[in-house]
Amino acid sequence: MYDPTVARLTYRALLGRRRALILGALPLLLIVISVIVRALVGADDQTAADLLGSLALATMVPIIGVIAGTGAIGPEIDDGSVVYLLSKPIKRPTIIFTKLIVAIAVTMVFSALPTLIAGFVLNGNGQQIAVAYTVAALVSSIAYAALFLLLGTVSRHAVVFGLVYALVWEALFGSLVPGARTLSVQQWSLAVAHKVAGGDLVTSDVGLTTATVFLVAVTVLATWYAGQKLRSLTLAGEE
Amino acid sequence: MAVEQPMPTAPGDQTRIHNIGYRNYDGPRLGRSYATRSLYSQSLRGAYGLGRSIKSKVLPMLLFVVMCVPAAIMVAVAVATKAKDLPVDYTRYAIIMQAVISLYVASQAPQSVSRDLRFKTVPLYFSRPIETADYVRAKFAALASALFILTAAPLIVLYVGALLAKLDFADQTKGFGQGLVSVALLSLLFAGIGLVIASVTPRRGFGIAAVIAVLTISYGAVSTLQAIADAQGSSSAVPWIGLFSPVTLIDGVQSAFLGASSAFPGAVGPTHAEGVVYVLVVLGLIAAAYGLLLRRYKKVGL
Repeated sequence: MYDPTVARLTYRALLGRRRALILGALPLLLIVISVIVRALVGADDQTAADLLGSLALATMVPIIGVIAGTGAIGPEIDDGSVVYLLSKPIKRPTIIFTKLIVAIAVTMVFSALPTLIAGFVLNGNGQQIAVAYTVAALVSSIAYAALFLLLGTVSRHAVVFGLVYALVWEALFGSLVPGARTLSVQQWSLAVAHKVAGGDLVTSDVGLTTATVFLVAVTVLATWYAGQKLRSLTLAGEE
Repeated sequence: MAVEQPMPTAPGDQTRIHNIGYRNYDGPRLGRSYATRSLYSQSLRGAYGLGRSIKSKVLPMLLFVVMCVPAAIMVAVAVATKAKDLPVDYTRYAIIMQAVISLYVASQAPQSVSRDLRFKTVPLYFSRPIETADYVRAKFAALASALFILTAAPLIVLYVGALLAKLDFADQTKGFGQGLVSVALLSLLFAGIGLVIASVTPRRGFGIAAVIAVLTISYGAVSTLQAIADAQGSSSAVPWIGLFSPVTLIDGVQSAFLGASSAFPGAVGPTHAEGVVYVLVVLGLIAAAYGLLLRRYKKVGL
């Protein structure tokens, strides 16, 4: 199910010069901001939870997920070089699975790790906040990577639709329409984080069981469907 | 004619030039400004997917509708409840919808310039009478106009609705004018930032992600820091933090000079003196974007 060569190629495509630059800049910004906030405010649990919740989990993780998830397969389909990969005797689901692993790993390294560091900078892991948000970032990395990898195989405008989901659906509708929050990767991962932290600082609108079921279902279904999609991939001309 | 006659030519000297009827172009030459205008109108149409495939029309049209529908709903509410005023100021509307505007810039700036780079059509443009500055001006103006259409349309809906609801004419017209000035500034600023980032990469997807990251993350970071500074009682720092993201820049300019109520935490906008700094930064950023684009296209793909 895991092909080292495909993985190596995907890593190189994802962490090429400029991509690595933007992938590295976002976590750096988060850590810089946490240092500033710590200097301004001192260690405060509520501030730490707000900052990690709004900036790290709601903005940074989805954007890195979009870059890594769609970047793992999108450009190859876009410029047509995916046919060279598909013509090799490797099963299509294996290709998808390998790319998913790589996308998850990249998203985790560039989002969960800085979240942990920022959490420790902000309040030294008081009330388990840093760990809780890191767990949330890890969990949502998996779901986002699977979801956006699927988008990459379905549409040529995957990045835009991924961002529309992350910014418009989760952030805008999520804050206006309570029902939209049930269908949001962010809330599912917050439910898991709530279990870890236990306090009132990290809360979610969905229960842990629902969240886990949704997380697993979305990840598995998205990966499976992306594999199916790749089996019958037709290369369209440039619009 | 001459072909029939045996020509007294020396053996081995069989070369001859036939005139097979190619003609020189002697019609009107439309020139540089015409080419620039064509590039402008093509880019502007392209920004809404006109003249491109159905799939390319979906997203810009969808975002346009998403921009206008809340305005229509507000007007309907104002008319139905016979309100004295619109629920939202003209200047405030773009700030509320900043996510949609950012998405539009992020999706259309790369499609405007990245594809020219990727398919290496830029040298073809420059084989026409247009120059680097013409190309940059046409693209910049086209994206700024597209953004202006996107942001001004809901204001027009609000204005027409306000007049139909028989709200105070002078008051509404003043607000509408201020709103238009503010979205014009916003269009220029966002178009500049979007194009500079997009012109660096030939990859469309990557350009989109980079533009959205710059616009959204900077806004998220700045408003978080502002909220914390406000909660800490150091509200004098709030306006200065606002200088670091495009959305808060526009917010600051309009709350200093265009009579808008600020969306900053604590609703304290910059004072007039700070507002001057805001205006200078906005104008400086627009000029810098133009300069960077000129530099970027000095040598490209040749």
